Amino acid sequence: MTLRWRQIGFLAAAFGVLAALVVPISSQAVEGLFARPLLLIGTLLTAALYAGAAFASPLRSITATLAGVALGCAVTLGLLDDSAVAGYAASGFWLFVLANWGAAWLGVAGLASVRPHDKTAARVIDLAIPLLFGAFVFYLWEVAVRGFGVPSVLLPPPSMIAVRFFGSLWMLWQDFFQTFILGVLSGYIIGCGAGFLVAVVAHRYTFLGRGLLPIGNFVSALPIVGIAPIMVMWFGFDWPSKAAVVVVITFFPMLVNTLAGLNAAGDIERDLMRSYAAGHQQTLQKLYLPAAMPFIFNALKINSTLAFIGAIVAEFFGTPTLGIGFRISIEAGRMALDVVWAEIALAAIAGMAFYGIVALAERATTFWHPSYRA
Amino acid sequence: MAFASAATRLGTDGSMRAPDPIVSVDPTAKESVASAVQARGVSLTFQTADGEVQALANVDLDVAEGDFVSFIGPSGCGKTTLLRIIADLEQPTAGSILVNGVAPEQARLQRHYGYIFQAAALYPWRTIERNVALPLEIMGYDAAKRRERVEHYLKLVNLSGFERKFPWQLSGGMQQRASIARALSFEPALLLMDEPFGALDEIVRDHLNEQLLRLWDQTGKTVVFVTHSIPEAVFLSTKIVVMSPRPGRIIDVIASDFPRNRTLEIRETPEFLKIAQRVRAGLRSGHSYDE
Amino acid sequence: MSSISYAARPAEIRWHPLVIRYSPVVVVVLAIVAIWYVAAVLMNLHIVRDQFERDETPYTSAQLIEGTLTAERPLLPAPHQIVETFADDVFGWPVTSPRSLVYHSWVTLSATFLGFLLGATFGIILAVLIVHARTLQKSLLPWIICSQMVPILAVAPIVIVVLGSIGLRGLLPKAIISAYLCFFPVTIGVVKGLTSPDPIQRDLMRTWSATPAQIFWKLRWPASVPFLFTSLKVSITISLIGAIVAELPTGAQAGIGARLLAGSYYGQTVQIWAALVAASILAVGLIGLVSFFERWVAQSMGARV
Repeated sequence: MTLRWRQIGFLAAAFGVLAALVVPISSQAVEGLFARPLLLIGTLLTAALYAGAAFASPLRSITATLAGVALGCAVTLGLLDDSAVAGYAASGFWLFVLANWGAAWLGVAGLASVRPHDKTAARVIDLAIPLLFGAFVFYLWEVAVRGFGVPSVLLPPPSMIAVRFFGSLWMLWQDFFQTFILGVLSGYIIGCGAGFLVAVVAHRYTFLGRGLLPIGNFVSALPIVGIAPIMVMWFGFDWPSKAAVVVVITFFPMLVNTLAGLNAAGDIERDLMRSYAAGHQQTLQKLYLPAAMPFIFNALKINSTLAFIGAIVAEFFGTPTLGIGFRISIEAGRMALDVVWAEIALAAIAGMAFYGIVALAERATTFWHPSYRA
Repeated sequence: MAFASAATRLGTDGSMRAPDPIVSVDPTAKESVASAVQARGVSLTFQTADGEVQALANVDLDVAEGDFVSFIGPSGCGKTTLLRIIADLEQPTAGSILVNGVAPEQARLQRHYGYIFQAAALYPWRTIERNVALPLEIMGYDAAKRRERVEHYLKLVNLSGFERKFPWQLSGGMQQRASIARALSFEPALLLMDEPFGALDEIVRDHLNEQLLRLWDQTGKTVVFVTHSIPEAVFLSTKIVVMSPRPGRIIDVIASDFPRNRTLEIRETPEFLKIAQRVRAGLRSGHSYDE
Repeated sequence: MSSISYAARPAEIRWHPLVIRYSPVVVVVLAIVAIWYVAAVLMNLHIVRDQFERDETPYTSAQLIEGTLTAERPLLPAPHQIVETFADDVFGWPVTSPRSLVYHSWVTLSATFLGFLLGATFGIILAVLIVHARTLQKSLLPWIICSQMVPILAVAPIVIVVLGSIGLRGLLPKAIISAYLCFFPVTIGVVKGLTSPDPIQRDLMRTWSATPAQIFWKLRWPASVPFLFTSLKVSITISLIGAIVAELPTGAQAGIGARLLAGSYYGQTVQIWAALVAASILAVGLIGLVSFFERWVAQSMGARV
């Protein structure tokens, strides 16, 4: 994006903000911004920051943009506190929001084009960009839902979900414990452990390996979640059946990947071990297993998401009044969507944390792999 | 009964001569020099999807202890295959071979040789010192002994100070030196090297050639070295075995005895060039330069 | 001198390459079937025994075993029972009847195809945008990756309910869920493929002053085709799973997921297994379809098949 276009963009944003001063902000008859001193100051400052960002040096421009966006978002949210605006927002309001959007976009684009020499600065920016982007998406969600007056049974605003989330922590914890600790974790450990052991045996006895690998690939492609009703039949309604589903889901990717990893050691390395007259156990321990680590962790990461999905879907088939999947299907039927979204938020946080922990463990043990050293 | 290579021999003036008794072994006479490798009539035929491929045909070879023997020839002439047979990484389909007086399998189980590949083959998840200690761990040396050997041999290849580094932090030449240290660490009598410097640039290669020579001189090991570089073969060896492809066989065995403290400058002397020419003549007669 | 001679080795038995390739799989499959039968006997034993004792009929162990393999509501149906029920459900009813597996398969398949089409198209477009706009790459890509760590199927009920309240029922909500699930592998795969050309290839393009569009169509897109097809295969199986699961939370009446639900409610074990077999056949068929196109495209692009 050339400098000329960026300047035009910022100036347009500034004009959009100022437009809210004259164009009506609500289809109801309400006082304009001139009657709200605090918000008026905020509006003028925002416009000034956007205009300033058009002409400032790159670094100052980015700071000005971010400050302006923060302020602009706060003003628009403040406007929504007026019940005559919320649900009836008109073009003045939306012009302000669009101006914020444009400025935010330019700000993120500016951040993305910065290439600092310092590695920590680069990493901070890499982290900041998606976070800012995400935060703005939440802002848009909030503003759109409340501004258009979308019924909360259909789509609740993030603020409402947050309130519900922090108001039901005990229920959320119980659901989390039931689904994740009892169902996912136990199934994950058993499934991955079994897949690993079978792969080690199949690697030792090549005939078995050549037979199991195609079957493992085949089964991995099947809709395994379908066995959930069968597991409920075998293990009852409670968490063991969910754990059983997770075991089956995680077994095959682990088997296939571990086997691929054990076979990944190069011919030269294998000849080297042969020249040392090393036994199978020694070769397994010193060559095959370390070389297989990247593949094993690849499977562990995939399995972390699959396990969670499997446990939740299994709960759709019946569970004692507890569990994330259970809660979602029940409350969705009751149209209590804020509870549903709170549960989804819980699932999102748990899922990302699980994946993140596995990824960290991966980095610690496979730091030597070329993909990290690029 | 004088037993000589059945291959044709070329004299230095290009004429055909009676077999040179360089490679004769009199089975009835007592051997004054111990033999590191003895091969008689070794052949190896591969079964491939396109039919049979004869990698080696009727190879006879003698390597005395303390020799530095190079196999030289174009790709596909069987030099690597012959090395792998000595290492018991392949088995011949005919003929007999002794390594240090025993069958190759015995020699491997008793760890008589150290093998060095074209690539350094260091484990990326181990530091340099743990890489060099790998064979020692497998062979059951205790920790103190391992530390001592690792330190000694890293010093010998001029890599002291790099113990805690990982392989990717070293250059190609240094990695290859580490793999040489690894092969030496358990002090085998025999070193088998398969084009160890082929992947390195020429200047590094020259430097490593000199270092390898010093090493050989200091440790007194027997070295069998595969290469496709004529100057390298002539510079390093006491004996050069010229091979030719399709099927792999020995064309010529050339002895050379340059002084053991030679440097790279010797490569421009007339004696050197004469031997290099003889090698090239052997390669030509073996159709190595044909399409 | 003593020497160890290697006599010419005895002619080895040369197995036909097909035998070498397929015998391990065949053996393992046969072993699995055998274990299955044993497991069926063991698991259904107490049910059958209880039944006999309730009827107060004397029984021999042979009758007991026979009973375990033909039970009406077994804990683990024997393979031949599954095959029987499957054949009945597929061939025994007219194709449009709600009791036919073919009918249910078609309902699920249509959602799968639509979802796959939407998801793959969206995934490809997203990938192209990500590769060409650095801003998008840095801001959007982390979120896309995060989105997959969230158990998306938890959102399925909401989507169905919300869309249902606007009046969209049936095929479209299921397709949307499938699309949501299956766009991710396509995006990641195509991004990988579009960025796969060597730096030297890209430098060459620069020496020719090629425009970004030319570089895309002549270099990046052809290079990404293998990656595209690999991810399409993953994506289409995921789309199938999405379509099946989308039928669960709202008690749908048609589709394989609905069939699973019905079997679970009414205790029709063998029906569940037959539905699973149908789902598996669909999955294999879908992968085969994509593979067929892959081979056709690869051949026209000169790959060695």
